[in-house]
Amino acid sequence: MTTHAADHDHHDDHGPVKGWRRWVYATNHKDIGTMYLVFALSMFFVGGAMAFVVRAELFQPGQQFVDPGFFNQMTTMHALFMIFGGVMPAFVGLANWMIPLQVGAPDMALPRMNNWSFWILPFAFTMLFSTLFMAGGAPASGWTMYPPLVLQTGNAFPFLILSVHLMGISSIMGSINVIVTIMNMRAPGMTLLKMPLFTWTWLITAYLLILAMPVLAGAVTMLLTDHYAATSFFNAGGGGDPVMFQHIFWFFGHPEVYIMILPAFGVVSEVIPTFARKKLFGYSAMVYATASIAFLSFIVWAHHMFTVGMPLSGGLFFMFATMMIAVPTGVKVFNWVATMWRGSMTFETPMLFAVAFVFLFTIGGFSGLMLAIVPADLQYHDTYFVVAHFHYVLVPGAVFGIFAAVYYWLPKWSGNLYDEKLGKIHFWMSAIFVNVTFFPQHFLGLAGMPRRIPDYATQFTDFNMISSIGAFFFGTSQLLLVYIVIKCVRGGEKASSRVWEGSHGLEWTLPSPAPYHSFETPPSID
Amino acid sequence: MIEPNIEGPVPQSRARLAGSLLVLAVAMFGFGYLLVPLYNILCEITGLNGKVSVEAAIVTEAPDMSREVTIEFMSSVNANGAWEFEPVVTKMSVHPGKLYTIEYMARNMLEQPTTGQAVPSVAPGVAARYFQKTECFCFTEQAFEATEKRLMPVTFIVDPELPGDVELITLSYTFFTKQPPAVAANTRD
Repeated sequence: MTTHAADHDHHDDHGPVKGWRRWVYATNHKDIGTMYLVFALSMFFVGGAMAFVVRAELFQPGQQFVDPGFFNQMTTMHALFMIFGGVMPAFVGLANWMIPLQVGAPDMALPRMNNWSFWILPFAFTMLFSTLFMAGGAPASGWTMYPPLVLQTGNAFPFLILSVHLMGISSIMGSINVIVTIMNMRAPGMTLLKMPLFTWTWLITAYLLILAMPVLAGAVTMLLTDHYAATSFFNAGGGGDPVMFQHIFWFFGHPEVYIMILPAFGVVSEVIPTFARKKLFGYSAMVYATASIAFLSFIVWAHHMFTVGMPLSGGLFFMFATMMIAVPTGVKVFNWVATMWRGSMTFETPMLFAVAFVFLFTIGGFSGLMLAIVPADLQYHDTYFVVAHFHYVLVPGAVFGIFAAVYYWLPKWSGNLYDEKLGKIHFWMSAIFVNVTFFPQHFLGLAGMPRRIPDYATQFTDFNMISSIGAFFFGTSQLLLVYIVIKCVRGGEKASSRVWEGSHGLEWTLPSPAPYHSFETPPSID
Repeated sequence: MIEPNIEGPVPQSRARLAGSLLVLAVAMFGFGYLLVPLYNILCEITGLNGKVSVEAAIVTEAPDMSREVTIEFMSSVNANGAWEFEPVVTKMSVHPGKLYTIEYMARNMLEQPTTGQAVPSVAPGVAARYFQKTECFCFTEQAFEATEKRLMPVTFIVDPELPGDVELITLSYTFFTKQPPAVAANTRD
């Protein structure tokens, strides 16, 4: 042990290694967190460019810019890049940065594995991106990869499966790291029910990932063997059943949507108390509500497939189970509002994004309840109403949660305050144009416009034009975020260690920027 | 002092938890595969999804002459299979508890021997387990000579226990081309 201690001191003297080795051989949770966040941001722009193609094509009826096959590739790749490349790595990056700081640990529990789980991702997404240039084009069957359609993918097919496997392995390794860190490395006195909510929601998310991602890996492996090894899991001619894929996929897929929102719940539960200058209302209710949502997420999967034909009892079960999720979610929304009630609120950028999250995520939740109603879903299924619903929970939901987190913790990461004025402009641009983009899609869906189709009947033109204009402005205003972050990292007003007047928690006891090695001596918790 | 522990071995407590989480992940991969038999068993027990048994049922005739049920026969050919495939009669009225035999006509439109397989489905799903077949061309693969055309029989009985509100049952067959895997892989490219 003495040699370790010596090595350890050695590190302290020198800080990070210089040059590319710092990043390629990274084991420091802050470096890895930064790489995850930068990676996620660049994937947001790649996925966003694909959304541009989709919205440009849908600006007017008829065929405008791309052929229908390429349009389908764009919708599919947009989803894969945004889900697996944007939202999930962004949250893992936040976890890497903040969980050790929040529980008073010196680093993540398994730093070498941490390096692996990040560095798999650039390879996975390079491989996925390269399918755009292959014979037969990129995957075009939708991110849900339903057979038999997905089996018609050209040369891209095995690359799709392998990249999904790699993304899954990366997520599972990241989750194992999060759980082991939280369970084994909390500072003395940091009991589970004293942990900050961001850490709590990530603990639950990590368990969801470990339970759900391997099921996806199984499903895509079955697709692979159906294609190349003459198995018949989903081939009716050989005794299989294509509908079974949908069951297995959504057994993964529904927990997946909570994987993308629970950490955002955690962020909002940190930000609102800070700027309302009050303690979070109903802390333990928040923890139990998160756990209930996680449990329920495993028994509602078939609400994605009401139209495949289901007996009445099945439809009723999945309808009621789905609606039950509104109860713990309602508890959370109530607690956020109650935290703000009579608080001394100020509206810095993180708070603006958090309040918009509560408001707009709830709209997405309500449209989700509408979709849960079996007879209504038979009409809404696969229309733009569904597109509007899941973009409301993912963009002003998950993505606004990430924005709130970035603005909230950026001074802690960089040591400098970001430009508050530009931050507010970024917020208002985002908040206005996200609604311009997605709100009209509700009307399009209710009027019967199907999703994933490059053309539409002329009566849908006006709303599609509004939506496309909104998407253009929403996308370009995200360049502002890049500018704000770069400007903040390069300099600016120095941040104090508390940064925010109302902040509380271990991360705010460290100086800003957080030193390269923090909490080498565990802090004491009162 | 808790160490980041990059150089040394991972402490035992961490390794144990990480190991058991890894086992959990591998077990969930297996669970994904376990869903396949679970799904099939569930479909067979409940008749969900119109899945019907592809084994011969053993039944005794006990005709219920007071009740009539309409049976519709449908056919389709999967993907671009080179088959002509249709029922000889498309609709008939039957008494529950009585055996009937009807025929489907199939013709191989290729200039080479080909094997096909019919996969049955019954709608509504609740009727699936009351629609029993004692003999069916769907029980086995059907080998055809080049351009051969033949009639294939199916003998069925509707269980008198069939719920009273079911007045119409649709039996549908999809005809699949069975090919050796190598050929199948080639045609997909």
